[in-house]
Amino acid sequence: MITLTGVQKSFGANRVLAGVNLTIPSGQSMVIIGGSGTGKSVLLKCILGLVRPDGGQITLDGQDVTKADRDAFLARFGMLFQGGALFDSLRVWENVAFRLLRGAKALPKADAREIAIGKLRRVGLKPEVADLFPAELSGGMQKRVGLARAIAAEPEIIFFDEPTTGLDPIMAGVINELIREIVVEMGATAMTITHDMSSVRAIADRVAMLHAGVIQWTGPVSELDATPDPYVQQFIHGRATGPIASVR
Amino acid sequence: MNLATPLAALFAAIGRPVLAALTSIGRVTLFAGAIVGHILRPPFYLREFGQSVLQIGWFSLPVVGLTAIFTGGALALQIYAGGSRFNAESVVPSIVAIGMTRELGPVLGGLMVAARVASSIAAEIGTMKVTEQIDALVTLSTNPLKYLAVPRVLAATLAMPVLVAVGDAIGIMGGWLVGITRLDFNSAAYLKNTADFLEPWDVGSGLVKGAVFGFIVALMGCYHGMNSARGAQGVGAATKAAVVSASVLILAANYLLTEVFFSA
Ligand SMILES: Nc1ncnc2c1ncn2[C@@H]1O[C@H](COP(=O)(O)OP(=O)(O)OP(=O)(O)O)[C@@H](O)[C@H]1O
Ligand SMILES: [Mg+2]
Repeated sequence: MITLTGVQKSFGANRVLAGVNLTIPSGQSMVIIGGSGTGKSVLLKCILGLVRPDGGQITLDGQDVTKADRDAFLARFGMLFQGGALFDSLRVWENVAFRLLRGAKALPKADAREIAIGKLRRVGLKPEVADLFPAELSGGMQKRVGLARAIAAEPEIIFFDEPTTGLDPIMAGVINELIREIVVEMGATAMTITHDMSSVRAIADRVAMLHAGVIQWTGPVSELDATPDPYVQQFIHGRATGPIASVR
Repeated sequence: MNLATPLAALFAAIGRPVLAALTSIGRVTLFAGAIVGHILRPPFYLREFGQSVLQIGWFSLPVVGLTAIFTGGALALQIYAGGSRFNAESVVPSIVAIGMTRELGPVLGGLMVAARVASSIAAEIGTMKVTEQIDALVTLSTNPLKYLAVPRVLAATLAMPVLVAVGDAIGIMGGWLVGITRLDFNSAAYLKNTADFLEPWDVGSGLVKGAVFGFIVALMGCYHGMNSARGAQGVGAATKAAVVSASVLILAANYLLTEVFFSA
């Protein structure tokens, strides 16, 4: 279980997180929604320790993440970055197998490659892609390689930052299904950022909406449509008018 | 009129850049210390080290060789012209050799490598920073300092003396070529004169300088790359800062090392 209590983060005068309180239960799929630039990516990075919060506390299974052993902590996580963040000096399969090839439990090259190709297939990529460099792929393909890398070591907790943006509807469906499978079959905890409402319904157990630096609303996905919260209603119906200003 | 205000402004105007400079010096020192501390601790990234040796050492050979040959040739012409003012043309071979090995080989080689390598390291690591590849490394339980900076710094520190040695030899050859074709030196006499006067420490001190300059070049490339601001502009600024700071530090370190090695 991940718990955030009063997490704050500013960049200079730009106050991005103003006291976020959120609990992500183990083995569940939490989806974060919210307007562009509201700090969803920053929130994930705070949990991973890539961005240091100015205040508040983040715990994983009751232990403060800043006091945990970094290596053991990170070994439990997988992360898909919004921009893919593939290593452009390495081939696709080496990207996917990056964690498998290193560390105390490093696998032989051939085995790691085989696993990588298997993961690539799960995100809808052919084995031929394995030996290309990331720069030779389309944006959506890069995104899926990033996804394969995030799940390659079968982590307990996986963060997906906009896994389906830039994908065609069929591929987006495949990815939604994959994320759902990872949570249901492997018992992983997932935290997904998405703007795509069909993804939200396909992936989420619970939904949280980030707005103005705080969690504006959170609840089970089944209550998403029925909630009277005007912020949520404006967001899920994509209305230009409402409590959320359209110029931010 | 109250004198305190302009006085305070003056102190602030002096103090701010001084404090900023001291902060940078402190941060670079910590960064360098962290890299050195990691060199002997596993994991070792041999593949990254090998690639860095290739990139920094092997591919710098042409530029260092060309720099050396032209410098050696020009040096021979200058020393001949200067020496002829007091009938001392015969010093050309020994002064070319000493000048190349002690000063021009390491310094010009270092500056050329700074232009070539500090810039490319800063641009590469800076791009990795702005495209979140450094963050991705962290989430994959890999220390970016160890994976990116240590192999490059180690490779540059070890490869640079070799480049300097090659540059020395080519520079002396440049002087010899000019000496025998343009200045009427006898080939065998030129080479004998070079060998007779050159001492091991002339070469050795240049190689030590080379190692220090190599360290500086890669350190500046990595430091500015890792601290790159966001966007293409950030990477551009980091690249520029890496080359400028590496060049200035090389010249400053050269003076200090010369002081240490050769002042009586
Ligand atoms: N490293 C940084 N330095 C300065 N400001 C930053 C940094 N990272 C993020 N920000 C700022 O924080 C705010 C939130 O950014 P973030 O990337 O979390 O948005 P987001 O909710 O993920 O938006 P999107 O849906 O468009 O991806 C933005 O205003 C952004 O400019
Ligand atoms: Mg984002």
